[in-house]
Amino acid sequence: MASVCFYFQVHQPYRLRHYTIFDSGNDYFDTHKNAEICRKVAKKCYLPANRLFLDLIRQHGGRFKISYSLTGVLLEQLREYAPKVLESFQELADTGCVEFLCETYHHSLSYLYSPREFVEQVEAHRQLMYDLFGQTPRVFRNTELIYNNSIAQAVERIGGFDAILAEGADHILGYRSPNYVYRPPNCSKLKLLLKNYRLSDDIAFRFSNRGWNEWPLGADKFAQWVNTVNGNGYVVNLFIDYETFGEHQWEDTGIFEFLQHLPAEVLKHPDNDFKTPSEVAAAYEAVDVVDVPYYISWADIERDLSAWLGNAMQHSAIRELYRIESMVKASGDPDILDQWRKLQTSDHLYYMCTKWFADGDVHKYFNPYDSPYDSYINYMNILDHLGTRCSALTPAGVA
Amino acid sequence: MKTRTLMLGWEFPPFISGGLGTACYGLTKAMDRLGMPVTFVLPRAMPIRFAGGPDSPSGTEVSEYYRTGMRHVRLRPIPSTLVPYTPGKPCKAAHWHHAKAQAAVATLEATDGQRAIYGPDICAEVQRYAIQVMKAAESEEFDVIHAHDWMTFPAGIAVATRTGKPLVVQVHSTEFDRSGEHVNQHVYDIERQGMHAATMIIAVSNYTRNIIINRYGIAPEKVEVVYNGIDFNGRTETSFPRAWPDKTVLFLGRVTMQKGPEYFLFAAKRVLEKMENVKFVMAGDGDMLYRSIELAANLGIGHKVFFTRFLRGDDVDRAYQMADLYVMPSVSEPFGIAPLEALQHNVPVLVSKTSGIAETFHNALKVDFWDINEMANKMVAVLRYPPLQEMLRIEGRKEALRFRWEDSAARVGEIYHKAMSMV
Repeated sequence: MASVCFYFQVHQPYRLRHYTIFDSGNDYFDTHKNAEICRKVAKKCYLPANRLFLDLIRQHGGRFKISYSLTGVLLEQLREYAPKVLESFQELADTGCVEFLCETYHHSLSYLYSPREFVEQVEAHRQLMYDLFGQTPRVFRNTELIYNNSIAQAVERIGGFDAILAEGADHILGYRSPNYVYRPPNCSKLKLLLKNYRLSDDIAFRFSNRGWNEWPLGADKFAQWVNTVNGNGYVVNLFIDYETFGEHQWEDTGIFEFLQHLPAEVLKHPDNDFKTPSEVAAAYEAVDVVDVPYYISWADIERDLSAWLGNAMQHSAIRELYRIESMVKASGDPDILDQWRKLQTSDHLYYMCTKWFADGDVHKYFNPYDSPYDSYINYMNILDHLGTRCSALTPAGVA
Repeated sequence: MKTRTLMLGWEFPPFISGGLGTACYGLTKAMDRLGMPVTFVLPRAMPIRFAGGPDSPSGTEVSEYYRTGMRHVRLRPIPSTLVPYTPGKPCKAAHWHHAKAQAAVATLEATDGQRAIYGPDICAEVQRYAIQVMKAAESEEFDVIHAHDWMTFPAGIAVATRTGKPLVVQVHSTEFDRSGEHVNQHVYDIERQGMHAATMIIAVSNYTRNIIINRYGIAPEKVEVVYNGIDFNGRTETSFPRAWPDKTVLFLGRVTMQKGPEYFLFAAKRVLEKMENVKFVMAGDGDMLYRSIELAANLGIGHKVFFTRFLRGDDVDRAYQMADLYVMPSVSEPFGIAPLEALQHNVPVLVSKTSGIAETFHNALKVDFWDINEMANKMVAVLRYPPLQEMLRIEGRKEALRFRWEDSAARVGEIYHKAMSMV
């Protein structure tokens, strides 16, 4: 068997407005820009892609399946700025062929700094999935596929999960293939699904690259690559940012065309099928334990934390962020708590990344700031203001 | 066969402070290291002592060449009182408008107390210099003429016309940088003539290149950008013990309209609303000095702003070493070597976006010179957040040291070849 397991990450942060040390307003987010980007991405990606997947699911009568991880901060924005997208996700949920995964509600790095906050966000997200889509997620993926042994254990302790997703990084797999199901050490039940980054990146990054020797990539060719897994693997985990469709790879690259034909091409081989992550975990036994003592992620070539925690500014920002946690929670002000949580979204730290900054490259495309320094200054000014508000509400001595 | 250059340049440190002399010196030294033969023609009103080389003959007699300590560079002084943009003499606040117009006409004071000969007026002096250069050029062998900024352009044109050799002009600053919209028509005309007569033009940034194309009507394909470099002395900078515990923000440059001293002071005022323990140092002279002192007093921050006047040598090093942040709020800065020097001294920098350096340098804070709030916001951030200061310093210094004069010199060599193929 070769099962194709699609999981799409769908996320938009609440971008911050320009906030100087002289500002004193309690609104930290750039409502105008967030609405604009949300609507733009909805038009270019979410709506057409959802429509396409809905058609494909109906067309293949239940044989084509996909899964999503939708962040809480995205869904809040969709509700406000692009409610049609939310409706179409609900329509997808109703087909029974779409699984919704669980992650931290605010797409945060909370596990690294506040296990308690991490649990609260996981619970909040699980509840949100139930409220919106009538599903209680059984599979967990952490922000940016940040993962190690202890995260797997923490997720198993929270309970209710059958599997966790991670990057199929070469340095953790060694000679092993990502096309099997694994187990984290010291977990009794949780299974580990690993991203096949070669095939995933063929779609997400290389698809429109004319310098790539496989360009142009057609659905038939890709299905051939999937077929070769038959006999030496169970599953091809294609974990992809949803914005790949129409936003990173524009419509004129033929990306929608490619998707349109992919299910039929894959299903031509009688041993192939599509499974959701839960179905993969249920269908296949773990073949081995994969030990991941160090943090890995799906970002950049390093596949580590350096995109978010790679320099002194990022460390200083996240330390300050979680330093005020007790004050925020003691303040008893729901607005402050909500804003503090939105500030946890990993994108804010990503904007401060200085890796390859001198070359000005991929990070730049996604960055609303002119420089990582500007991003840090803005973020710290806001944290400072938030902290001051907390202090005014908190009895002395709590922090 | 190596390209021989007749370079119409400006005085070398330590006699000057401005970017023009520094740039000429850095570029020429690097050309020497690359083995590019240069005859460096220098307007000189008095005998020269040369940094790094043996002293020149004493007295007022003019010998034809001075030794430079460089293998491929000969220095040929031309008796002239031309000087580039000197610190200028401060004058009463009420007269600063008038003084500004005179800034480029400043005169040179002999360090030994002797007064140099004054040219009667700048335009006549420029012409006189051109004639002198023509005479000198008759006895020189060269393949290309390289003139730096407008005062040498007429001389460059004259030599090029006489010899048929290609003229390359390098623009370190334009009349629009120095005077805003109130340009001196005569200076503008000379600049324009020089640029049109030149076979190739070297601009010190794209910022300047755009001015050359848009304001002087030059075909874009004729204008190449060559960034300046920095002379790294290899020393590890030590920090100079400060006389105060306060944080220190430094302005170092000519105190003229072009450099935006008033924006620095307005921003300082805003910073002091948020932080008490900050001092501001304004190092430099210029026609807006007295006005700036008055402005600081009027803003009620006179006790927090220190005016050092024009600094030389070790004092410049000390000013940098005391600083937590260097600010270059220039209204219009063709390149901006000073921020690179600050980083060489381990001082993080904040520069205006209307500068050449801002377009190519990543690890600096950037701000619109008129945006006082944002300038103050960034100053406060650097002073309050050590990780920010540290990263700007470490990453900025690394980046600054990549601006090598050898790379600039090699690019200039390519442009010479292009120019020679076009004649």
